[in-house]
Amino acid sequence: MTSPAVPDRADSVIDADVADLGVNFTYLSSAGYRLALVAAHHDLADDKQPATIRVVYVMVAGPPDTRVEIHVRLPIDAPDLPSLADVSFTAGRFEREMQDLFGIHLTGHHQPARLVLHQHWPDGWYPMRHDAGPPPSFDNETESYPFLTVEGPGVYEIPVGPVHAGIIEPGHFRFSVVGETILNVKARLWFVHKGIERLFEGRRPQGGVELAERISGDSAVGHNLTYCLAVENAAACTPPHEAQVIRAILLEFERIYNHVTDLGAMGNDVGFGIAHAHTMRIREQLLRLNARITGHRLLRGGVVPGGALVDWLPDATTLHEIRADVHQVVDIMLANATVVDRFTGTAVLVKDDATQIGTLGYVARASGLDIDARRDHPFADLYEHLSVPILTDGDVMSRFKIRVAEIDCSIELIVELLQRVLPGDYRSAFDPLDGPRHGVGLVEGWRGTIAHRIELDTHGNLSRVKIVDPSFFNWPALPVALAGDTIVPDFPLANKSFNLSYAGNDL
Amino acid sequence: MSPTGIAVAVLQVVLSIASAPFLVGMMRLIRARLEGRVGAPIRQPWRDLRKLFRKERMVSTNTSIVFSLAPLVLLASAALVAGIVPFLSTTSALDQVGDLFAVVYLLLLGTVFLSLAGLDAGTAFGGMGSSREMTIAAIAEPTLLVAIFALSVSTGSSNLGAIVADTLAHPSRAASPASMLAFSALAVVTIAETGRIPVDNPSTHLELTMIHEAMILEYSGPDLALVELAAHLRLVVFLGLLANLFFPWGIATTAQPLHLVAAAGAVAVKLIVLAAVIAVIEVFIAKVRLFRVPELLAASFVLAFLAVTVSFFLV
Repeated sequence: MTSPAVPDRADSVIDADVADLGVNFTYLSSAGYRLALVAAHHDLADDKQPATIRVVYVMVAGPPDTRVEIHVRLPIDAPDLPSLADVSFTAGRFEREMQDLFGIHLTGHHQPARLVLHQHWPDGWYPMRHDAGPPPSFDNETESYPFLTVEGPGVYEIPVGPVHAGIIEPGHFRFSVVGETILNVKARLWFVHKGIERLFEGRRPQGGVELAERISGDSAVGHNLTYCLAVENAAACTPPHEAQVIRAILLEFERIYNHVTDLGAMGNDVGFGIAHAHTMRIREQLLRLNARITGHRLLRGGVVPGGALVDWLPDATTLHEIRADVHQVVDIMLANATVVDRFTGTAVLVKDDATQIGTLGYVARASGLDIDARRDHPFADLYEHLSVPILTDGDVMSRFKIRVAEIDCSIELIVELLQRVLPGDYRSAFDPLDGPRHGVGLVEGWRGTIAHRIELDTHGNLSRVKIVDPSFFNWPALPVALAGDTIVPDFPLANKSFNLSYAGNDL
Repeated sequence: MSPTGIAVAVLQVVLSIASAPFLVGMMRLIRARLEGRVGAPIRQPWRDLRKLFRKERMVSTNTSIVFSLAPLVLLASAALVAGIVPFLSTTSALDQVGDLFAVVYLLLLGTVFLSLAGLDAGTAFGGMGSSREMTIAAIAEPTLLVAIFALSVSTGSSNLGAIVADTLAHPSRAASPASMLAFSALAVVTIAETGRIPVDNPSTHLELTMIHEAMILEYSGPDLALVELAAHLRLVVFLGLLANLFFPWGIATTAQPLHLVAAAGAVAVKLIVLAAVIAVIEVFIAKVRLFRVPELLAASFVLAFLAVTVSFFLV
């Protein structure tokens, strides 16, 4: 066993022996690194080496922005991976994902149940392997999901979804309840797993934009920017400074319209319809601004590999008016005693749990975690004046107020950035034609830190894109926040306060 | 039982059923306008009912006769109450049975049947809704009973027509402490029983927060239309009770057609005002946490109880 390698610069790669994985991982974790992404790769045999499954762990820390990759190689015929689930909850979930998609065999995992592929998928078919072939026919066994059964007098189960009464994405929730109090919730996701990572493969990097913008519809800028940063990182391309400014502006516009929507939706979930009606009005104003900025209401088309382009940018006055409008709605909501009562102390996620689970974004910041990729992993020198709001209560009210604070921060940031750029088309030449190369992108999307890791083959085409939406990290926090003293009728409110993406999680 | 009395009773039922969906439509429209939305037209609830009545009847094979019977019982009980309660005239044919106990338990009969229907299909949501409905009904129904009882103390009769006629004869009683307390209690019960904010949210689509909607999730087509119509009708009945027990002016004491027309106009104005007030208030309040609902209802029961106590001492 070798001693752990000490990273001395950004983007270092540790080629570790499988046996040393745990040592390296633990060392980096204790040095303040966070696991941002785990990606498996099916490397075909060539003249230098036999076919392997290569697993890449991307560990990040900041500020200053530091990224370290641990690479381990597993033989294709015996891909045994020692599990890190005992030291990292998140690693355990990435491992289960790889187990389902790449056929990696986990050793020492305490809960090696399937994650991505539901139980009716037959064993032995691993869709992300190059030789997977077409999907096989399903087994009829569909009810064997290992839900934890809570037993005791008066305990009953409520199954909800995956088809819901409202227009929301599909997810199945199994509540174990006594009276109205939730004892345990299990969320079963991946109903909309569409194989989007695989769809990237073989495309030119420029051709991945249209996919990246559709990973999670409300995070078009977040995911696309992350993707573009990753391919630029791989191709060693530096976009013009103006393009970076525009990217930062677009990212904040996306944050504002989503946060505003959530504020009203949380009001709607406590029957306070007037807040919802007015935030929907403000959202519509923002979407119309978006349509003028990039030509698309959800801000698609603004970010491209090597640059960014906008038709128009609003002035500071418009933004200040929107801020005043938002604050008026927020003041009305928080002046209502019933709304405050419903929000306060509901679905508390304590800091300890938030840390252990590895939560990101406003969920983490509402529970006292000081984490924001704009400050920790800036993609340009634009965030010197950024203040990251932190709240500590971890309840619905904190997640409400943190959104209000972030809207303010975003508007201030946009107003400042507007002075540095004029609308236009700013691009550097971008056309990688050689490889293999790899790159990582980290962006603070509105939900939290989005991470992509891409690989280019010898012709500069995409050979692997690994996408991690913050929802993947945050989903396990929802049941933790609910269990114990939250009542069933508060679930929709708690769920909305987390507002996690199904599409971004299921991929 | 005079022919004119029968005519009055039938007229009350027909008018109540015909106007109930419009009243609900009006409340929705007021709410929409106050929230800055355009909103659906007032006749939308009627359109919805017409659409539902035309649909195919689908009943789960797991259900019993209770499930099929409940919409009919619910609507029939509400319609019967609409005939009994003195809306237009104090001389309704059903006035002889227009006892407050009869009215309260007819309303409760519908509630109980709907709760049983919620349990019948064996789904988690139905059971959850029924459990919540019973929690509310267990406190709301006695409150209703006690509140009206407070009014009957001064009249010396539990007959609703007699109570209304007595209030007409002694207008000052409408402003008595007992009457005020009873009105407050009855107002809370009306909101709870008709599933309005802050107790229930009639426009929610969140399965887990529903009360009334959760019980009727398994209904579709004509059955759902009956349940919806009955819910609209119950709103009219409760608001009508509230209006005529405390502000009886305008009601006919005979069955002359001209008086009845005037009475219909008066009760329509009262219903519209009450419904508008509820709709306006709903815009500005949020739904309370489920566990706070019993507190609210317990408070209304105390009010009703005080009303009875006061009516003995301060008449």
